[in-house]
Amino acid sequence: MATDPVNLQIYLACGALLFVMGVHALVVRRHLLLKILAINIMGSGIFMVLLGVAAGGEGGVDPVPHALVITGIVVALSATAVALVLMLRVKAATGLARLPRSGPED
Amino acid sequence: MPSTAFMADVILAPWLVIVPLVGALLAGLWPATARWWGLLTALATLVLALLLALQVHGQGPVVLALGGWSPPLGIALVADGLASLMVLMTAGVGLAISLYALGYLGGTARGRWFWMLWLWLWAAMNALYLSGDVFNLYVTLELVVLASVALVALAGGAAPLAAAMRYLLVSLLGSMAYLMGVVLLYGAYGTLDLQGLGAQVTLSAAPMMAAVLMTVGLLVKSALFPLHVWLPPAHGSAPAPVSAALSALVVKVSFYLILRLWLMVFPELTLPGLDLLMGGLAAAAVLWGGVMALRVSRLKQVVAYSTVAQVGYLFLLFPLLWAAPGGWQAVVFFAVAHGVAKAAVFLAAGTLQQAAGHDRLAELGAVMRGRLKTSFALGIAGASLVGLPLTGGFIAKWLLVQSALEAHLWGWAVVVLGGGLLAGAYVFRLLGPAFEPGPGDRGRPLPAIMEWVPLSLALLTIALGFAGTPALALLARTLVGGGG
Repeated sequence: MATDPVNLQIYLACGALLFVMGVHALVVRRHLLLKILAINIMGSGIFMVLLGVAAGGEGGVDPVPHALVITGIVVALSATAVALVLMLRVKAATGLARLPRSGPED
Repeated sequence: MPSTAFMADVILAPWLVIVPLVGALLAGLWPATARWWGLLTALATLVLALLLALQVHGQGPVVLALGGWSPPLGIALVADGLASLMVLMTAGVGLAISLYALGYLGGTARGRWFWMLWLWLWAAMNALYLSGDVFNLYVTLELVVLASVALVALAGGAAPLAAAMRYLLVSLLGSMAYLMGVVLLYGAYGTLDLQGLGAQVTLSAAPMMAAVLMTVGLLVKSALFPLHVWLPPAHGSAPAPVSAALSALVVKVSFYLILRLWLMVFPELTLPGLDLLMGGLAAAAVLWGGVMALRVSRLKQVVAYSTVAQVGYLFLLFPLLWAAPGGWQAVVFFAVAHGVAKAAVFLAAGTLQQAAGHDRLAELGAVMRGRLKTSFALGIAGASLVGLPLTGGFIAKWLLVQSALEAHLWGWAVVVLGGGLLAGAYVFRLLGPAFEPGPGDRGRPLPAIMEWVPLSLALLTIALGFAGTPALALLARTLVGGGG
């Protein structure tokens, strides 16, 4: 019961769009919370493509991508938790939840 | 299943992950005795890594399906020549870093966290080297990132925290790009297994996009010029054992992954111009890293920019990969030689910094003259970075130049030699203050081990000068894909 190919294309396109939006926001936004959210949106885009891949296979829904998505969510959750704690520490140390302009530090 | 033929003898690969992981748990549960758990784990892991290298050298690649589940569903550990050499390098440098950390951190509160995170990082790196499928590689890559970021943040203070944050964001961007590549590969071929993918990948759109995403994602993580800006602050501001672990070991992780992918999964994708592009970036990295290392004013920053330059050499891999059959082995030997030398330099720099209380290069002369063992270590390891004879760096560059010349790639050979001149300049700049006239000063009292460990590592770079043949023999037992 392969899904209707048009639906499948929508999943893949939306996933790719989310991924690109995430990359854009990660580069453009300066507030760390927005950057962390951007990474999560990139992750959601990837998971959506993966779900599209799972539904598009021959002979029914493929379970392996589902296992990958679940593992991926766990990894993304841990990374987000670390990032949020680090953001709070940066805020506590500098008073700003953003990174200083990059350049050759001394 | 070809895997059953290799299942003879002792099973070592899982223990290389389990032992550091258990060590990390014990260090976390009993923080007061964390350093002794750390030391015990480091010793045990080195023994296991040596045994694994001997086993692979003796009977070829070892493939192990965990829990008896074969690759399409289960997780396979693959120990071949390349993987076991990287595990061995990690274990050797790791033991040195652990011994050094005993003296550097002592029993401080910061030290307790260090041991748990460091052993966790070690377990993650070993798991990555031994993974046989692209998704496991993603998970272990993330473990490596989270542990290294936490280690950078250990230093506390505004600058290290900002460096850790930038490092985390950049690394996550790289991981996400890599994961998207994994998804595309799975979508196209329905398997995650490296060998399975390698047998199927042909020159077409999906694997090409996957290759670009994965390679760019990993390049960000390995800090190839112009994606290197996060590296000097992160490596320069971390505590010395952490700087050494990051520069010597963690940078090699993403390099290894790129090499593994192009050896096993993408060998059929000979994209025109890719070798020129990557070689160009590599040359730019060698040049830029070298010039910046000559300009910055602090010891650890010089060493960190030297890593930017040396990462450039690693990516001469691409011009060599298709043109010279043994070229990638020369690059791997270079990675190992750099790992040992860079760890020695960072640890020596840490000793000098602790003794003097700062690391402003211009004012370090007295301490360098007072602590001759450490300055000597800095000199020998620096000679290996330059590639002077009798060191591992010399053999590595010799092999690089040889394979470049055999393939008639004169230009890349010139890059290797020119980079050596630049490295010579910044290593002499590092050592310069020691040769100024004036009295010596030992600075603050430090545990003796903080002088002996950099010196031993520096002597190990000389031993590596004689290890070319066994290392290449081990690398010959590497699984390569393609041709399917």
